Amino acid sequence: MAEAIVFIIFALVAIAGGLTMLTARNPVYAAVGLLSTMFAIAIMYVLLDAHLVAAVQVIIYAGAVMTLFLFVIMLIGVDRAQAYGDRPLIQKAMTGVVAVGFFATLVLAGREVWVTGSDAFGTPDLNGTIENVAKELFGNWTIVFLASVMLLTIAAVGTIALAHFPSGEEDGAS
Amino acid sequence: MTDFLWLLVALPLAGAALNLILGKRIGEPRSGWFGFGLIAISFVIGFGASLGFFAGTSNPQTIYLFSWIPAVGADAAILWDPLSALLTMIVTGVGALIHLYSIGYMHGDDRYPRFFAFLNLFIASMMILVLASNFAVMFVGWELVGLSSYLLISFWFTKPEAAAAGKKAFVVNRIGDWGFLVALMLIFMTFGTFDFRTIFENAPAMFGVGAGTITAITLLLFVGAAGKSAQIPLYVWLPDAMEGPTPVSALIHAATMVTAGVFMMARSAVLFELAPVSAGVVAVVGTLTALLAAVIAVAQTDIKRVLAYSTISQLGYMVLGIGVGAYAAGVFHLTTHAMFKALLFLGAGSVIHALANQQDMRKMGALRKAMPITFITMAAAWLAISGMFPFSGFWSKDEVLAAAFARGGAWLILYVIGLGVALITAFYMTRLFAMTFLGSSRWDEGVTPHESPRTMTVPLVVLGLGTVFLGLFNTPARHAFEHFLEPAFSGVEQVEGLSIGLISTLAVVAVIVAIVGIIIGLRRYNTEVLPDETGAFWRRALAAFGVDDLYGRFLVAPGKAVADWWASVVDPKVVDGAVHGIAKGAIGGGERARAVQSGQVRWYAAVVAIGAVALVVFLLVLGGGF
Amino acid sequence: MTVTVTWYLVLAAALFSMGAAGVLIRRNALIMFMSIELMLNSVNLTFVAVSKHLGLIEGQVAALFVMVIAAAEVTVGLAIIVAIFRFRSSANVDELSELRG
Repeated sequence: MAEAIVFIIFALVAIAGGLTMLTARNPVYAAVGLLSTMFAIAIMYVLLDAHLVAAVQVIIYAGAVMTLFLFVIMLIGVDRAQAYGDRPLIQKAMTGVVAVGFFATLVLAGREVWVTGSDAFGTPDLNGTIENVAKELFGNWTIVFLASVMLLTIAAVGTIALAHFPSGEEDGAS
Repeated sequence: MTDFLWLLVALPLAGAALNLILGKRIGEPRSGWFGFGLIAISFVIGFGASLGFFAGTSNPQTIYLFSWIPAVGADAAILWDPLSALLTMIVTGVGALIHLYSIGYMHGDDRYPRFFAFLNLFIASMMILVLASNFAVMFVGWELVGLSSYLLISFWFTKPEAAAAGKKAFVVNRIGDWGFLVALMLIFMTFGTFDFRTIFENAPAMFGVGAGTITAITLLLFVGAAGKSAQIPLYVWLPDAMEGPTPVSALIHAATMVTAGVFMMARSAVLFELAPVSAGVVAVVGTLTALLAAVIAVAQTDIKRVLAYSTISQLGYMVLGIGVGAYAAGVFHLTTHAMFKALLFLGAGSVIHALANQQDMRKMGALRKAMPITFITMAAAWLAISGMFPFSGFWSKDEVLAAAFARGGAWLILYVIGLGVALITAFYMTRLFAMTFLGSSRWDEGVTPHESPRTMTVPLVVLGLGTVFLGLFNTPARHAFEHFLEPAFSGVEQVEGLSIGLISTLAVVAVIVAIVGIIIGLRRYNTEVLPDETGAFWRRALAAFGVDDLYGRFLVAPGKAVADWWASVVDPKVVDGAVHGIAKGAIGGGERARAVQSGQVRWYAAVVAIGAVALVVFLLVLGGGF
Repeated sequence: MTVTVTWYLVLAAALFSMGAAGVLIRRNALIMFMSIELMLNSVNLTFVAVSKHLGLIEGQVAALFVMVIAAAEVTVGLAIIVAIFRFRSSANVDELSELRG
């Protein structure tokens, strides 16, 4: 029962954060909304006994990624953010239809047994501790892990290449 | 040494590629020396690998290189027997000398490296043809020879005559190639393979003498040989091929291209043995070619044209030798002819070079003093082709004629004609020689003839020695050459068995004929003033009896009409219509499709989202059917 | 009242739909990017929930890999946005249509 209460509270937080991100005119508000959603999802992970994933979620998403977002927002400038409001009504309506349709189909899919596997939920002995995840990660997924290392390296190099401007080409936009 | 035989093909090919790519950078004359060096190395390899055959210790062998088309028995393999060894030595040996000669002759040409690239390609093609162990690979070499001859004959393609001559050689050779190709199809249908050994071992068991299939195959093979080896009616390309640089003429006429047909027929000797009708046709066509070309040669005024027709005439002898079943004699004549004809052409080139590109013999004369080396070597070649004892031409020509005589009966007619051709040959070669080197000087104003540079005279001397002594390898008293070739003609009966006395009589007759021809020639042309040669016979013979016009009117013109009709009616409407229709369809489709690419990220995202929804709905409707 | 896997899946579906809607209606490239992050997060939630449901730890491993890739994507994506902004002084996606066919 306590689990259900926690779930409902943080599910509402997550949805509220998502809506904020969706509707805020100021990108900083949007970022804060997303941040709260991510914290809520971290709580969900704890509820699901996925402790390592929860920790990583907080550190990487809430800590690193959102900070990066906020940093870029500040770099580009808050004032320049454009509202979504001047979009034609038909487009908004269509977006709504698509989003609701998406939600409906996903929920429907979730209710199907062939998607979820079986009705019985919860494997009490499954515990996402660091040890368990690490055994799986470095046992069966070593190559993929190494590939992701390479991916991160390439991403870092690419970012430097993209962000680096010779001083002469600066156009002084900000 | 046989392990290195693949280099015989690889070296010239590499030389061609390198000269083509890097030639400009290597420059003149190094690219020429480079090309010559590779061919010379090839000759050394070929010679070394042949030593076993000289000693009589090695047997013919097939050297497997790699699998090409296994289904038709066409492996890339080398058939190394005395016949291919001999041809290898002729092609690379004479070829190397011609390369050496070209280093000096082509001096100053804009496309000097390219010339050597083409020469190397020619040698490589010839080696593929000669070393092939099956008909399919041989055909590859055969076609490559046609290609490289085209490239070389029209080497000076800015000259319209040269371009036309190259085209003519190519087209006429296509007709021969057609015969060869159909023959190959028939061979495959009959034997189920292209492999020489399999075919030649099975043919005698499968067919009796005179079988229709074999007759058809051999006749078609002869059509192919007639194209390459310039026999009636396909000889017309060869005189025009003189438009190429003189070393090319020497290469094509002496060492490589024209020998291909004779070689191919000698290679297929087993089949010709089984088809007496074809052999008869071959012999008759060869004799008639020899006669016709000799008569035309008498009236020519261009020194290279005389040699061209004499080549056709001599090829007629070789073909006659194949036809009467004296394969070794035919190949022997091929060998000696390669020597003295290369010498004649290179000598003629030397003369032309000295007289500032003058080819008209009426403007030559009295070059004896100015060009001593050319004069002496040309004299040897002249006596050889005239059939004087003991020069090489005497032995080989006599061998062929003796074989015709030995068959007796109707073959005697061929013998008599052949003897007549020998007389005419002696006459017109004397005419050439006297008009060029003897008599009074009729040079153009301001021309001072001089002896050619060392790179040009050295090949002349080497070829001259060959011309004088090569015939001694195969005298009636000691058939060294025929014994050398024997392993290649195993299972083929050679015409033999004349007594020494009869052979000597025939030889004496031949020498008398040659001397008569030479004396008539000398009395007529070794004079201060040239005899008048404007009569009806001379005019007609000079125009080669109008054969070219005849072909032009009855074969080329109708062909052109059909091609024109095709180009003006069928091509623009049917072919172009289809092509343009497809292009228009593609453009229209593209115009419509580009509207989708709005460049808006949002639009793309929306499409992806709709697609995802559609996918999920689809799966739900399926109800987990997977 | 017990929490079943369906609860999580429905929540994930809601978050995913919001993310999709954000990509479609927002003009600011940064917020579009955030929406994508939200969609990735919802997928991660699905992974972990189903992992718990089926008793397979691979789901959590997959979630970790998604996070790694998302991190890489964010750095490159933000670098691109900064670069575009430097040249065009705008983060409005609608103005970027150079790829129009």
